[in-house]
Amino acid sequence: MTENELGRMIPKKIDHIGKLLPFEGAYSHTPLVKKEKGNRELPKLNKLINSIEEVIVKTGLKDGMTISFHHHFRNGDKILPMVMNVISEMGIKDLTIAASSLTSAHSGLVEHIKKGTVKRLITSGIRGRLAEEISNGLMDIPVLIHSHGGRARGIETGQIKIDVAFLGVPSCDVYGNANGYTGKSACGSLGYARVDAAYAEKVVLITDNIVEYPNTPFSIHQDQVDAIVVVDEVGDPEGISTDAVRITKNPRDLLLAELVSEVVINSGYFEPGFSIQTGSGGASVATTRFLRQHMENRDIKASWALGGISGPMVKLHEDGFINRLLDVQSFDTEAIRSIGANRYHSEIDASYYANPLNKGCAVNKLNVVILSALEIDTNFNVNVITGSDGVIRGASGGHSDTAIGSGLSIIVAPLIRGRTSTVIDSVQTVITPGSTVDVLVTDRGIAVNPRREEIKARFMKAGLPVYSITDLKEKAEKIVGKPDPIKFRKKIVGLVEYRDGTIIDVIRQVEN
Amino acid sequence: MAKLRRTMLYVPGNNAGMIKDAHIYRSDSVMFDLEDAVSVNEKDTARFLVFKALKTLDYEGIETVVRINSIESGFGEEDVKAIVRAKPDVIRLPKTETADDIHEIESLIEREEKNCGYETGTVALMAAIESPLGVLNAYSIATASKRLIGIALGAEDYVTCLKTTRSPGGTELLFARSQILNAARAAGIYALDTVYSDLNNEEGFINEIKHIKQLGFDGKSIITPRQIEPVHRIFAPTEKEIEYARKTIEGIREAEKKKSGVISVDGKMVDKPFVERAERILELAKASGVLKDEKEGEND
Amino acid sequence: MKIVKTGMAGTLESSDVMITVRDNNGKGIEIHLQSIVEKQFGNQIRKVVQNFLERFSVEEGLIQINDRGALDCTIEARLAAAVYRAAGKSDYDWENL
Repeated sequence: MTENELGRMIPKKIDHIGKLLPFEGAYSHTPLVKKEKGNRELPKLNKLINSIEEVIVKTGLKDGMTISFHHHFRNGDKILPMVMNVISEMGIKDLTIAASSLTSAHSGLVEHIKKGTVKRLITSGIRGRLAEEISNGLMDIPVLIHSHGGRARGIETGQIKIDVAFLGVPSCDVYGNANGYTGKSACGSLGYARVDAAYAEKVVLITDNIVEYPNTPFSIHQDQVDAIVVVDEVGDPEGISTDAVRITKNPRDLLLAELVSEVVINSGYFEPGFSIQTGSGGASVATTRFLRQHMENRDIKASWALGGISGPMVKLHEDGFINRLLDVQSFDTEAIRSIGANRYHSEIDASYYANPLNKGCAVNKLNVVILSALEIDTNFNVNVITGSDGVIRGASGGHSDTAIGSGLSIIVAPLIRGRTSTVIDSVQTVITPGSTVDVLVTDRGIAVNPRREEIKARFMKAGLPVYSITDLKEKAEKIVGKPDPIKFRKKIVGLVEYRDGTIIDVIRQVEN
Repeated sequence: MAKLRRTMLYVPGNNAGMIKDAHIYRSDSVMFDLEDAVSVNEKDTARFLVFKALKTLDYEGIETVVRINSIESGFGEEDVKAIVRAKPDVIRLPKTETADDIHEIESLIEREEKNCGYETGTVALMAAIESPLGVLNAYSIATASKRLIGIALGAEDYVTCLKTTRSPGGTELLFARSQILNAARAAGIYALDTVYSDLNNEEGFINEIKHIKQLGFDGKSIITPRQIEPVHRIFAPTEKEIEYARKTIEGIREAEKKKSGVISVDGKMVDKPFVERAERILELAKASGVLKDEKEGEND
Repeated sequence: MKIVKTGMAGTLESSDVMITVRDNNGKGIEIHLQSIVEKQFGNQIRKVVQNFLERFSVEEGLIQINDRGALDCTIEARLAAAVYRAAGKSDYDWENL
């Protein structure tokens, strides 16, 4: 028996239960609340820290650690540049940046890499000057390119161990409940950031909009958050979201969209309760308009739509054509409004979306996905990361995740862009293996993967312009000519990780 | 099957990007424009561009038309030299006013065909009528040459000559349209309507298509691929029309078997004009994709 | 053909090419190529240009090419227009063009 802090006698041990810890006072084992609650004042608890620099010190960030960022602020992101500038000034070195993706707002990383602040990048995509520099051999360690689902898997399994996550949020209370759809920097879903918030060792929220406690409904919650810093601006609203995405007037995109919708309705997957994901490209978005027509005509409603959500998809939802929206990333102002307003427009995190190793991700339940391509080869392998000149300029995103998860994966792209053919013998870089791709739709004809003969037969019956993919390749080659092969150096500048963690391809330094 | 000319898509003759892909939208014809779409300073460069494109690119069976400059403009003769050699399906002559205009262009084309060693008549001709005098001469124009496959109305210049403007209902064009259509039918060639240029007025466009279809036109010049679908949709026969056409054809076959001259379909007497109309409806239905060729799709 | 002045043809729009042909002060043919598909089609573009210049006996000229992904037929059309303009001629040889 021992006497506890209140003088009660507590046994040291009980059979079948084990050793007991005697009470030592209300505050002694909960250090976080000790000081404030001890005063019995109003609950003024907060996690606010005065500056980025202070918070970096507080997190104990050291040379060689891994820090993470999300890309929900897209081209308008100010968080990564802001944090990296402070870190750089503090002289911390050799960091790994694990970002859900990198955009044109992140060109400043070039200087941080040159200076030695950053030694490694893990990301879904890279664009702009940073991408060009990396393709030209900027980094000693190759960049690791992952899919959205692959990143969630990597974080959950500990392959990517995040020491500190710096997460910009459009609204947050003083205790760390944050959501993405309120505030001047609203970005909608915080789906990618939620994985970091759940698994990072230290979680720092950065906001320009402190709101009353509790900030419900919340995406990132107080029990995950270590510290909060308030800044003037987390992003540039113009770069964060486009105005409501409108259906394109570009004739080529409309032609592609019409063909894609014909492909969908004749595929056998167009039936009551189907589910669909479209990308954010002009043709992909425009497909919703043509599909709506067919849905009206045949009285077919979709049960749900997945993915990056944009205005035209919201419209279908609000008009009763799609019952539910699962949203990992909101593309435009309409989607951002809707995720806050519509009960069945739900935010999902990247693991729920596409992690191949959790107990069940949304892409596995998807019927139809419409995806883009920079290049596709005669084996249906798809490249969305390097341009025809071999330089990095894209993102893996959810491409390989949705391609394998869905019942019908449709790639849509013009057959020829300028003088570059989309269909070639062998893609520069494989992001999505051809064995998970079903149909290619181009403005000069459709090709069906030979493993889906039954779908091809349906298209032929419907009178769609079906060719073999080799025919399409030759058709394009006849028009643009045969390009000289791009020359690469030996040095590997990027590793492309498939969603399961294996390496599907490498990217080499371009020869100039 | 008679050639469909529901849609003739204008493609500016100096726009390399558009010339490259003009046919992928599947209009019935594409028309490369060397005339109004090309500024006076670029007549030579556009001519080179259209010439090389026609010689090099495969338009995959889509009818190719080149609108050349008028002879008076000073560019027309060189246009004929270049374009005949490049062998499009059709040359379209703008601002045709008299049968002599046709004779003049015809002799130039014929001379060039000889120079190139082509068979006479290789390149067909189409005439656009864009003035009150041209409208009055429609029949003599339509019958001026065996090469002529059609006449078209060009309304913009025409309404200016009439001292009026184009209205949504098209009252001001009623005479010209009727006259041109009638001349074309009398000559046994195609009748093509003018462009509709208010791209933001979808309803007005639809009304105009319905109007010219009812008048009897074969089709229309269009200025963007976005205008293809509405025209093809409205020109497509309805299910009811197709059904009636089928019954008519079946009825006539029955009657032929029985060697009886007169038949009735749904209680109505049917004779030769009905049958011709029925045949045209079925052809149009096939071309519009409303009616699938029964054999299609079973070969694979 | 002899280059007597500066001739320019084409645009900088996608799928087009802008070509300038001018006198090269007795230094023969010089081709300056700038192209968005230089790596893939640079050699092919030079070949098309040289071939044309030989066919039309252009022995002297500075050819500046700013290519935005034009097809060979577009490059030839723009080059032909620029060369004829630079030669101050309009007796087009359609048979050989």
